[in-house]
Amino acid sequence: MELYRAHVLVCGGTGCTSSGSVGIIDRFNQELEKHHIQNEVKVVRTGCFGLCEVGPIVIVYPEGAFYSRVKVEDVPEIVEEHLVKGRIVKRLLYHDSVAEDQTIKSLDEVGFYKKQMRVALRNCGVIDPENIEEYIAVDGYKALGKVLTEMTPEQVIEIIKASGLRGRGGAGFPTGLKWEFTRKAPGDKKFVCCNADEGDPGAFMDRSILEGDPHSVIEAMAIAGYAVGADQGYIYVRAEYPIAVKRLTIAIAQAREYGLLGKDIFGTGFNFDIELRLGAGAFVCGEETALIASIEGRRGEPRPRPPFPAVKGVFSKPTLLNNVETYANIPVIILKGPEWFSSIGTEKSKGTKVFALGGKINNTGLVEIPMGTTLREIVYEIGGGIPGGKKFKAAQTGGPSGGCIPAEYLDTPIDYESLTQIGSMMGSGGLIIMDEDTCMVDIARFFLDFTVSESCGKCPPCRIGTRRMLEILDRIVSGKGQEGDIEKLELLAKNIKASALCGLGQTAPNPVLSTIRYFRDEYEAHIKEKRCPAGVCQALLQYVIIPELCKGCGLCARNCPVGAISGELKKPYSIDPDKCIKCGVCMEKCRFNAVKKQ
Amino acid sequence: MKSLKELEEIRQRALESVNLRKERNGTRIVVGMGTCGIAAGARPVLLAFLEEVKKRNLQDVIVTQTGCIGMCRFEPMAEVYKPGEDKVTYVKLTPEKVRRIVAEHIVNGRPVTEFTIGAADQQ
Repeated sequence: MELYRAHVLVCGGTGCTSSGSVGIIDRFNQELEKHHIQNEVKVVRTGCFGLCEVGPIVIVYPEGAFYSRVKVEDVPEIVEEHLVKGRIVKRLLYHDSVAEDQTIKSLDEVGFYKKQMRVALRNCGVIDPENIEEYIAVDGYKALGKVLTEMTPEQVIEIIKASGLRGRGGAGFPTGLKWEFTRKAPGDKKFVCCNADEGDPGAFMDRSILEGDPHSVIEAMAIAGYAVGADQGYIYVRAEYPIAVKRLTIAIAQAREYGLLGKDIFGTGFNFDIELRLGAGAFVCGEETALIASIEGRRGEPRPRPPFPAVKGVFSKPTLLNNVETYANIPVIILKGPEWFSSIGTEKSKGTKVFALGGKINNTGLVEIPMGTTLREIVYEIGGGIPGGKKFKAAQTGGPSGGCIPAEYLDTPIDYESLTQIGSMMGSGGLIIMDEDTCMVDIARFFLDFTVSESCGKCPPCRIGTRRMLEILDRIVSGKGQEGDIEKLELLAKNIKASALCGLGQTAPNPVLSTIRYFRDEYEAHIKEKRCPAGVCQALLQYVIIPELCKGCGLCARNCPVGAISGELKKPYSIDPDKCIKCGVCMEKCRFNAVKKQ
Repeated sequence: MKSLKELEEIRQRALESVNLRKERNGTRIVVGMGTCGIAAGARPVLLAFLEEVKKRNLQDVIVTQTGCIGMCRFEPMAEVYKPGEDKVTYVKLTPEKVRRIVAEHIVNGRPVTEFTIGAADQQ
């Protein structure tokens, strides 16, 4: 193996790949060859660094120079200046990584990373996910070796129980208990499954782990297989994650080649192998019973529980089903011990949680924080605040199953219980920030629209009930809301929650309920005053010309596509609301800010 | 994979491939690679440092480069930073001198005074 004096780490996550990181890697290799230093400098494609907002990201070690928004054209300059002459290209450094004295801050000192604690994402952005030896170099498969050679299955389960780890898919069921139930379930054949059917709009935590550190999930599944007594695992991953699927395929093949999957692992007689199952992208297949049906080759529909998968899962055999992020925590817990893990977080929620931070926020990206961090810290310290100095209005967690957290709860510590208490939920980790320009009724409608089209149609409360709710919301946002609509929504929500068959239906009304709870006045403004306070709902908007500001230039009238504006030159113009199609062109064109939305 | 020992062997072998990417406070060897340095033969010097570090499997040492240090007549030059110690500047280096510096200074902690800038200045 060559010893390289510098490593160029290029992000190969989905975000940076779509902004061109593959071209950047190729160009680096070309330029290194041109300068004959390809044997001194190594280019590595890694997983997600988290700060997707400023991608594509390139980090050069040993200096730790953090280059952001790198373009292919920038590569020759980095190679010539930095890698050949040793002069860091300051112009391309991420602005927050340069200290006042012009030196480079260590990554832990950068605002975005300072409050983070990377446990599940420990190797993302550090190792090459397509090279098993790099994973082994950072203590990979050591936990599996330790478990197989030194522990009984019961001891493994005790460690997971003692760590306090809870399911990261959203519901937060204690992982150790789930393992114990599966171990104790009678049956000669058992399965271990991984739920990688991440479907919440805007959520990409699991994808990033699979792309950046696939071996951590494979190792954890083998550990789980030993603990519950299974020799076969399935990873159910959506086909829309092509990079994740490719890296998993490579990782599984490499693990087999190294004898870390297959027969007689570590010479202990333990056999375990993993197969991939690709999902077609139905949201309901993230629900465990529907996922199991889909693995078996049947239509992805849920069934009533009990029996739970721990008793009757894949092919009616006892099955352990955990989420990607849950698995990613397992090897570290085994190596560092349950006490270490349970020292992080709050009393009932241990460890860290990964969130996909999106919406109206400066640092869009992937963050991992210790449980108990407040929303304010995430939004203002890690997230860098809201663009344009706008006001924080609410945060949406848990996607279509979750709810929103209004500004008054910005200081709530984030853990399973506190979030449920304020009517939201931890969820799988989507975190969408909304500012004052967001209409809460419109947001509720958006999420409900999503669940209506993703409902599998098996049970009537979900199939019919959510559709009726959507119709009422459609009516409200189009200015046809009626007195009593809010109460109707609440009644429908209550009944759907109580009677739907699976988690999808039971949680579908949550976004509506939580927005009613905190922003009832906005619903009332839509219904009673036919007004959208945030100025979002097109049907409720009126474009008007303020006569005092209008100079009568006629520019708006000339640009109006439907001839709705009339007037005489040098006198104030006016808009005919019956003809107006609310396209907003007049507002854009007016040089005097005389057109207003109201 | 038949044993933990085998895993540990792979780990040791692979360690140096990722070791560079950690925040470290170890020894830093900085080779001057301005035009003057390169013309005077800095590249073989840099490669010699890399080769020695690799051969001795030194985990906490990085070899990096910088531009012109300003005393072109002394090139090829290198500076050695050890935590808690004063910087040592070596001048007029050759691959042979590098091997001695790594052995005596980097490994055993005794700077090779005769190769330093102080010694060269007195001549």
